[in-house]
Amino acid sequence: MAGSAKMLQIRQDVTDARLAPLTVPAGGAWATEARSAAVARVQAMGLPHGRDEYWKFTKPDSFLSPDIAPAAAFDTDEAPLWADMDRLKIVFVDGVFDAGASDDLSLEGMEIERLADVTAKDIHWAKDLFGVLETNSHNAVPRPFAALNTAFASDGVVIRVTGKVSKPVNLIYLHKSEVSDAILHSCIKVEEGAEMTLLETGAAAARLNKVLEVEICDHASFHHVRVQGRDHERRAVTGIFTRLGTESTFKSFTLTMNGVMTRNECVIELTGDDANATIGGACVGDGKDFHHDDTVFITHDAVNCESRQVFKKVLRNGATGVFQGKILVKPDAQKTDGYQISQALLLDDDSQFLAKPELEIYADDVACSHGSTTGAIDEEALFYLQSRGVPKAEATALLVLAFLAEALEEIENPALAEGILERLEGWFVRHAA
Amino acid sequence: MLEIKDLHVKLEEEDKQILKGVNLTVEAGKVHAIMGPNGSGKSTLSYVLSGKGGYEVTGGSATLEGVELLDMEAEERAAAGLFLAFQYPVEIPGVGNMTFLRTAVNAQRKARGEAEMSAGEFLKVVREKAKSLKIDAEMLKRPVNVGFSGGEKKRNEILQMAMLEPKMCILDETDSGLDVDAMKLVADGVNALRADGRAFLVITHYQRLLDHIKPDVVHIMADGRIVKTGGPELALEVENNGYADILAEVA
Repeated sequence: MAGSAKMLQIRQDVTDARLAPLTVPAGGAWATEARSAAVARVQAMGLPHGRDEYWKFTKPDSFLSPDIAPAAAFDTDEAPLWADMDRLKIVFVDGVFDAGASDDLSLEGMEIERLADVTAKDIHWAKDLFGVLETNSHNAVPRPFAALNTAFASDGVVIRVTGKVSKPVNLIYLHKSEVSDAILHSCIKVEEGAEMTLLETGAAAARLNKVLEVEICDHASFHHVRVQGRDHERRAVTGIFTRLGTESTFKSFTLTMNGVMTRNECVIELTGDDANATIGGACVGDGKDFHHDDTVFITHDAVNCESRQVFKKVLRNGATGVFQGKILVKPDAQKTDGYQISQALLLDDDSQFLAKPELEIYADDVACSHGSTTGAIDEEALFYLQSRGVPKAEATALLVLAFLAEALEEIENPALAEGILERLEGWFVRHAA
Repeated sequence: MLEIKDLHVKLEEEDKQILKGVNLTVEAGKVHAIMGPNGSGKSTLSYVLSGKGGYEVTGGSATLEGVELLDMEAEERAAAGLFLAFQYPVEIPGVGNMTFLRTAVNAQRKARGEAEMSAGEFLKVVREKAKSLKIDAEMLKRPVNVGFSGGEKKRNEILQMAMLEPKMCILDETDSGLDVDAMKLVADGVNALRADGRAFLVITHYQRLLDHIKPDVVHIMADGRIVKTGGPELALEVENNGYADILAEVA
C-alpha cells in the first residue's frame, strides 16, 4: 500500500472509531440537516493526524481517543472570580445545562435560549449561524474537531443581542465528574449597533470540545473574557469563529492556567470596512505535562480594518507552549493594519515555546507587523529587586506579571482585568519555586 | 558597622582574581570614600557585598554589625540593612515604581518581623521624600527607571535609600552621568540621610562628588587591594596628581 493511501486509511479508521460511540442529537429538521452535514464534513476531512502540518506542535491523540483519560476536579479555596460583579450566570455541569444553578435566562437587550431548545424547533434564526462560520473556516485549513462539535453538541446557548447590554453574561462551566466528556456549542448574534460582554469560566469537563460562533453585525461590539479551568488534568480543544461587519469590534482575552492539554483556535473574518478585532491570551504552565496551544487565523477581507494578536506565555518545569498565528490579507483589503506578537518567558531550560507566525498578503497598501520572542527572566532585574529586599520568588512573580501585563492590557474592562490579575497572583503563590 | 577582612574574590566563570585581600572597616556615622583607577575592583567589591551572582569568594569575610554578609541571599543582606545605589540602575518594564518601592519596603519589614506599612501611610511618606528629591508623581507612576534620564535614575536610587532607611549605604559611582546640578541634588539627598547609626561607602572616580558629600576617610584601591588610606586631603591629591604618584609610592 502506498504511503499516502496508508495514511488515508489510518485517518479513516481513527475517525470511524471516534465517531462510533457518538449519537447525533434529535432535533428539528433544520438542525438535523445541519448536524448531518457536519458529520459528513468530519468524515470527508478526517480527524487530524500527528503528521499534519497544523498539528505538528500539538499531538491530537488525546482528542482522538473514544475513551477519555480521567481528570480530577481541582479543589481550591479561592474566592469565585468576579464575585462582586453583577452578571447573568448560566451554569453547565460537566457540559450539561443546570437550570437550578443558573439565573433566569432573561436580560433586557438580548434573547437567550438553550441550544437544545433551539435545535428542537422547526424554524429558528440560528439556522443561519449554527455551523455556518465553522464551515467557512475550513476554506483555509480543515478544523475537523469543530465540525465534530457541530455534529454532536447537544448543549450550549444561543444568544441574540439587540441592545447595548451592560451586564455581562457569564457561562460557568463546572467540572464534577472525573470522566466527563463534554461537547458544547454556542452561537451569538450581535445585531446592528448592539453590544455585549461574554465571560466564560471553569474547566467544564475532564475533556472538553467547545465551539463559539459569533456574528458581529455592523457597528456592533462583542467583548469576551475567558478563564480556562485550573483543573490540572483536564483537556480542552476549543474554537472561536467570528465574522465582523462594518465598524464592528471583537475583543477576546483568554487566561489559561493548568490543564494538561489545551488547544485554542480562533478564526476571525473581517468582512466589513473599518472593523477592529483583538485577540489576546496569557498562559502560565508548570510541569512537563502542560501543553498549551494558541492557533489563530485572521482574514482581512475589507478596507481599513485593524487586527491585533497579543499572546504571552510563562512556562516552567518542562512545560510546552505553542503559537500558530496567521494573518491573511485579501487583494481588496487595502489599508489593513495587522499586528501580531507572541512571547514566551521560559523559567528554566526544560520548557519550550514553539511559534509559527505567518503573514500572507495580497494587497499592496498594508501595514502588518509580527514578532515572536522566547527569553529567560532578566537576571539583572531580578538582582535589582533582591538587592532591595524582595525575596527571589516574589521578585520572579513580579517580573513575570510585568511580562504578562501587555496581554492583560487588551482587556477592555479594568474590573475584569483585576480579577485576572488576582488569579495570576494566586497561581504564583501556589507555584512558588 | 561594616568590617571587611582579607576578602578574596574571583570571577565564577573564569580564573580571574579580582579582589586580592581587601581590608576595610567603616564605623557607624562615618562616610568612607573609595577611589581608584578603572579595573581596580571597586564595583566588584560593591557587587560582592550586596550579593550579586557571578563572583566566587575564595577567602576572607565581610560582616555587618558582626553578622557575616557573604552567607546571605541578596534580599537577606538588604533586610539586614545593606543598600547598594547602582551605577547603572536597572529598567524594569511593567513594574510601577510605586509598586516596586512598596513591595521592597514591606518585604524588608516582613523579614525583620515588623508590621507592614499600610497603603495610606506609605503614600504619605513616599510623597514627602520624593518631593525633596524633586521626583514628581508622574515618575512614581512610571515603570521602574524606564525612560528615566540619567539624573532621574540616580535620584530614584536615593529615593529608594530614603524609603528603605538602610544602616550601611554603598554608592557605586553615583556621580557618573550627572551634570553639576543633578549631582548637587543627589548629594543633598545623601547628606540628608547622614545619621549616627548609618554609614556610607562612596565609590567614585572623581573628587567632585566628595566636595558635596564630605568623607571622613578616603581609601585608594588598586589591583584588588586598598593600597592607601587617609583623610579628605587624599582625594584632593588624586584630583591634582592622578593615581600614578600614589601607586608608585606604594609599589
